[in-house]
Amino acid sequence: MEQKNKVLLEISPAPHIHSKDTVQSIMLDVIIALMPAVAIAVFYFGINAIRIILVSIISCVLFELLVSKLLSQKIKIKDLSAVVTGLLLALNLSATAPNWLIIIGAFVAIAIGKQIFGGIGYNIFNPALVGRVFLLIAFPVEMTSWVPPNPVINLKSFMTLKQLEPDAISYATPLAILKGKGPSALPDNIHLDAFFGNIGGCIGEISALALIIGGLYLLYKGHISLRIPLSFILTTFIITGIFWAYKPTNYADPLFHILTGGLLLGAIFMATDMVTSPSTETGMIIFGIGCGFITAIIRLFGAYPEGVSFSILIMNGLVPLIDKLTKPKRFGLQK
Amino acid sequence: MIFTFKGGIHPSENKYLTEEKKIINFPTPEKVYIPLLQHIGSPSKPTVKKGDYVKIGSIIGEPSAYISSYIHSSVSGSVIDIIKTENIFGRSIDTVIIENDKKEEIDENVLQKNTEWEKLNNDELIEIIKKAGIVGLGGATFPTFVKLSPPPDKKIDTVILNGGECEPFLTIDDRLMQEEPEKIIKGLLIIMKILQAKKGIIGIENNKKSAIKIMKNEAKKYSNIEVCVLKAKYPQGAEKQLIDAILKRQVPPNGLPMDVGVVVNNVGTAKAIADAVIDGRPLIERGVTVSGDALSNPQNLKIKIGVLISNIADFVGVDFNKFKKLILGGPMMGTAISSLEMPITKGVSGILFLSDKYSNKTEYDACIRCGRCVSVCPMHLLPNELGLLSSKRKIELIDELNIVDCIECGSCSYICPANRPLLQWIKIGKAEVREFGTKK
Repeated sequence: MEQKNKVLLEISPAPHIHSKDTVQSIMLDVIIALMPAVAIAVFYFGINAIRIILVSIISCVLFELLVSKLLSQKIKIKDLSAVVTGLLLALNLSATAPNWLIIIGAFVAIAIGKQIFGGIGYNIFNPALVGRVFLLIAFPVEMTSWVPPNPVINLKSFMTLKQLEPDAISYATPLAILKGKGPSALPDNIHLDAFFGNIGGCIGEISALALIIGGLYLLYKGHISLRIPLSFILTTFIITGIFWAYKPTNYADPLFHILTGGLLLGAIFMATDMVTSPSTETGMIIFGIGCGFITAIIRLFGAYPEGVSFSILIMNGLVPLIDKLTKPKRFGLQK
Repeated sequence: MIFTFKGGIHPSENKYLTEEKKIINFPTPEKVYIPLLQHIGSPSKPTVKKGDYVKIGSIIGEPSAYISSYIHSSVSGSVIDIIKTENIFGRSIDTVIIENDKKEEIDENVLQKNTEWEKLNNDELIEIIKKAGIVGLGGATFPTFVKLSPPPDKKIDTVILNGGECEPFLTIDDRLMQEEPEKIIKGLLIIMKILQAKKGIIGIENNKKSAIKIMKNEAKKYSNIEVCVLKAKYPQGAEKQLIDAILKRQVPPNGLPMDVGVVVNNVGTAKAIADAVIDGRPLIERGVTVSGDALSNPQNLKIKIGVLISNIADFVGVDFNKFKKLILGGPMMGTAISSLEMPITKGVSGILFLSDKYSNKTEYDACIRCGRCVSVCPMHLLPNELGLLSSKRKIELIDELNIVDCIECGSCSYICPANRPLLQWIKIGKAEVREFGTKK
């Protein structure tokens, strides 16, 4: 009886239970989901891939720490969002990217893409893409110098890849070949190569298989839905498919467009960024269609061979409007 | 076919603790504390005074307004005192303290047994339900006789019994359906007769396999009653979501189920109606799931109204080293209370003794706009925006976003990865809109 009266009970508002997901656990799952792509990057680009990833993650975390201090913001690096930004930025770079380039990219991504707006949750544009597009425009040469994928079969090849010389580089991504020489110049088994990653390109975008495995993991965990990725991919598929059906000698087939470039990396991991995509279900579909449409238009008619980054950033800017226009219908007003 | 609604969540059920346990009678202690407000509406007026002798079922409080209720003694013995106590909402309530003389004398003058209840007319039936002090036992505690007296222009075609029991931990309705199926169906028939409804449906979530089987078996005997299997999902037991799932009818904003020709009652309420009409027993006890992770002997108990929780604590083996939180009701919508000296009232469907595992984390982060609250909101609202705007007191904007539609189920707060106290903000926002809002 005495013990009963001594108990100090806690009072708090309902609900008294909470789902296990936190911002940190979601970010950790995104990192886990990117591991297959990281593995493929290391397999094809060896120690260089590791260098790029580490430099990018470390600089992103340090810049977030620094900028948060300068702007008197709460330090939130524990939520792992800076790690995700760093990893995504790294996966969007060429294996030839020098360290200074990565550090500049990380600074732009974190400082201008994220912290200036107030940190996670307040930014309008995907930070990693802000960093990447800045680099692409400011340093086009460094951003579009590619090396052929070179499978790491032993420790020696793993280490030798480190000594990449800029002049040894004369390799193009499939999309660049397409833009420059048309579909007939593409290698025969391009689809299969792109599926497994045996093509040129950013270190994290080359293998469709690795990205799809990661996407399935995020779907399973409930962190993304199919709405954005599927509407994005399907829209690009349909538009490029129409042109291909119309003139297959001038345009590449739609499957090629899905498997190459940053489309899957973008559709699965970047366009689905919670902070910068719509929060309504209809809005997500509109957002995905918009991304797919702009990507297809840039790829088919633009000066750049690739349009995924631009399409997502443009659609990021439209998110407040999309959310406003797609408010769910009031309960009780539908028949 | 399994019926459901759009939105909702699926928290850990934790029903295994008690779902196999039969309802047993909790031995009545020396004293009971019966508050004279256990329902939505006006408090009841005391009809006894200090020193009076009362029997089980004697009226001790009578309605003070139309929406109010009779209240009965749950023991035989003498009234020791009538004192003011605070209820869980901090409101001061007259509470009748009765000393149990253990003679178990029953007051036969309040209600009669009716073996042939079909012969009673509607007014007589409603009078019995009113006299028996029956209120919604699902937790809302709205006086049942009022619910069964809709205005004449509202034609009711379907009566739904709510056997959803979507709150984690709670199993009392599940047990009741398994142990008293006949009573529940009788109650449903009485309600249907009063409302002249053609159809009766019992909605049960598909995690209650035995209850579904037993109720289906019982319902088979009547051509106008059926069991509807619902997907186990919170808040399936919410009235509007239940009607939407079963009949695909949506109650209009600010409307009531009767606006779409439906009346919903909890299965426990139906059983209480049958008890009153057929057996002449007023509402003096109720089934309660007593569970949680800070007790060794979770139970489904039939407890007399007015029994203090402190009396029950020893019976279920509360571990006072672990015990940190006491919830009346379920963990999603229940109320955390600070004292064990709180009596069981008509609205208490569960008592949870919880450890610090269920402590509230007060720290929250910025909204990461993941949209989970929007997808789970069963009322199709934007909890993310409502929470933010409520916390900034943007009354006009939250009114515009239909904040008043919120049924306070808490799914948004539950799902938020940034741990934002969305429902808390929204509740405050709703109160502000009620006070200062302009939109109709």
